[in-house]
Amino acid sequence: MKYADEFRDPEKARALIDAIDLTLKRVSIPDDRPLHIMEVCGGHTHSIFRYGLQRMVPESIEFVHGPGCPVCVLPMGRVDDCVTIAEKEGVIFTTFGDAMRVPGSKGSLLQARTGGADVRMVYSPLDALALAEKNPHSEVVFFALGFETTMPSTALTILEAKRRGVSNFSMICQHITIIPTLKALLDDPQAQIDGFIGPGHVSMVIGNRGYDFIPAEHNKPFVVAGFEPLDLLQSLLMVLTQLAEGRATVENQYARIVPEDGNAEAMRAIAEVYEQREHCDWRGLGNIEASGVRFRKEYHHFDAELKFGLVQAQVPDPAICQCGDVVRGIIKPTQCAAYGKQCTPQTPLGALMVSSEGACAAYHQFDAAGIDH
Amino acid sequence: MTRSHQSQTGKVRGTTVTLAHGAGGRSMQDLIDDVFLSEFGSNNLSDLNDSAYIEAGTHTLAFTTDSFVIDPIFFPGGDIGKLAVYGTVNDLAVSGAQPVALSFSIIVEEGFAISDLRQIARSARAAADEANVSIVTGDTKVVNRGCADGIFINTAGIGEIPAGLDLSPRHISAGDRVLVSNSIGEHGAAIMVARGDLGLETELISDCRSIVSMCTTLAQSIPGLRAMRDATRGGVAAVLNEFAAASGTAFFIDETSLPLMPEVRGVSEILGLDPLYLANEGLFVAVVNEADADAAVALLREMPGGENATLIGEVRPDPAGVLIMNALLGGQRLVDMPDGDQLPRIC
Repeated sequence: MKYADEFRDPEKARALIDAIDLTLKRVSIPDDRPLHIMEVCGGHTHSIFRYGLQRMVPESIEFVHGPGCPVCVLPMGRVDDCVTIAEKEGVIFTTFGDAMRVPGSKGSLLQARTGGADVRMVYSPLDALALAEKNPHSEVVFFALGFETTMPSTALTILEAKRRGVSNFSMICQHITIIPTLKALLDDPQAQIDGFIGPGHVSMVIGNRGYDFIPAEHNKPFVVAGFEPLDLLQSLLMVLTQLAEGRATVENQYARIVPEDGNAEAMRAIAEVYEQREHCDWRGLGNIEASGVRFRKEYHHFDAELKFGLVQAQVPDPAICQCGDVVRGIIKPTQCAAYGKQCTPQTPLGALMVSSEGACAAYHQFDAAGIDH
Repeated sequence: MTRSHQSQTGKVRGTTVTLAHGAGGRSMQDLIDDVFLSEFGSNNLSDLNDSAYIEAGTHTLAFTTDSFVIDPIFFPGGDIGKLAVYGTVNDLAVSGAQPVALSFSIIVEEGFAISDLRQIARSARAAADEANVSIVTGDTKVVNRGCADGIFINTAGIGEIPAGLDLSPRHISAGDRVLVSNSIGEHGAAIMVARGDLGLETELISDCRSIVSMCTTLAQSIPGLRAMRDATRGGVAAVLNEFAAASGTAFFIDETSLPLMPEVRGVSEILGLDPLYLANEGLFVAVVNEADADAAVALLREMPGGENATLIGEVRPDPAGVLIMNALLGGQRLVDMPDGDQLPRIC
């Protein structure tokens, strides 16, 4: 397949692994643990496991799977909010596929559908808008979640709904932003991260400038990366090279997609429709200041929370969950007490077991180390 | 029904049936074990092979049944009538049986177009002719509008097992080779595109076809044939996991060897799906001893529907009961039993 196979060439991968080996010799590794390289984005976690990269790199490198999986960091209370609205008479509730399986305290949206709620999977928010036009007597609600990657498409859909004068369409806005979360992670004294593989899709929208504080204030390398195996290996090599040379800077491995300044048109649409929330709940990470957005006043009539008079449900994470420690790189998924016991992909307790991009689900599903014992 | 070793109550979670209970993976296995095997459990049923074996005089008969629900009813490469015939004859065929007779029963919703029904019957007949089997009995029920999604079909079939043939995943042992009879995932990908909500246009058609000739040819000509199974819901991954569990061996497959149409790869990449889990309707997995493996593939490649038959891996002793993929770049990963339908990823 053109434009994909070029980035999966086994010989080039071997050459990169050799270069990683060589460069690593010049990097000082902590005495008490391997080198921790965090891939921020869930899509990267998925690729790392899909191609077995974690078993190809030297043992003194450990990938720490970061918070960039929108489904994984979805708090239970927000799922409850969705279920509450989905169960209302006359509502057609729509969202992306893997959001439907996330458990809230009263079950998931899939379970709400089993109970009779009209919950439908769509591939794009525009499909939800089309559904609203086709069903003028129902209220079509779209659950808008995700980082800056999905924000432009929901913002443009809202602008389109306004232009077409569709009044039976609204969204629950659970859009979150990555930079405040990286700040919170780095400010945590317990977190042990030596370098970052930065999110490719998010950066395509927001550009690379926002990451400057990471090398400047925390002296950590940050390399924005693509999603193919060679992208990831090359990005890892770039991080290691910085460490070996005693540098810390933001670099862009994914320049074929990510412009330095992001996508101005997408950012304009986001700024037109959304404004910053004071704070936002993250599953596993708690409440993080300024880490989400909500509708601007001019678009309140598209805000399902206001339309239905919803009071946001607050549900604490299950006490046994250690998702937050996994995301901070303090423990590995397999070190969590619930891993593989109470918490499995079939019965996910913690956020990271929910999506195939979640670190724990990826371990469970892909990691051949799991079959050694 | 899918397969397992023994009944076990208490496996099913929750109080109501969910779609995952019908998706051909772990949840469905649990439901069958917990609710049905615990009540019905005869020896024959507990084996949960593709067909049950019944001794009748000097003959061994294979007996199987399957129900068909599909959206859309007419899809590129077939329709529910063709699917209902091939689904059942293929289950007989992978047991090594020559299909003899079929039943064909429908539950149809009030308001369904007679012309559509006629077309379904016509293509079911054509499929039965192709598979050299007669439809000998049937039933028709009509339900109120809204009580069924257009049409549901059940077929049951009887076939005859040649004397001396004994295929079973229990015969699989380390050193055996694994083959697929054609390129994988075409039915699942074609149906997903045919539903129309992806906004994709492809040339993909379902692989819905009879595998009877291919299976009987292998059963007759390949003495080292251990077991065959058609890879429908749950895909090739589900069958290989079942074989590994039933034989207590490890299945190792090579990602680079998997035969995949470019369109199936494309749809899978776009949606973040794994073609190993996509459904097939004219494809089977066979396990053959090392000596006969190449001959088996060569035979299949000469036959319609087997053009892309390929050896995809081998059986090893350890770690028992699992399926492992040797990934493209030399890494390894576990390919688990599927559970529920795959859901497209957000980004």
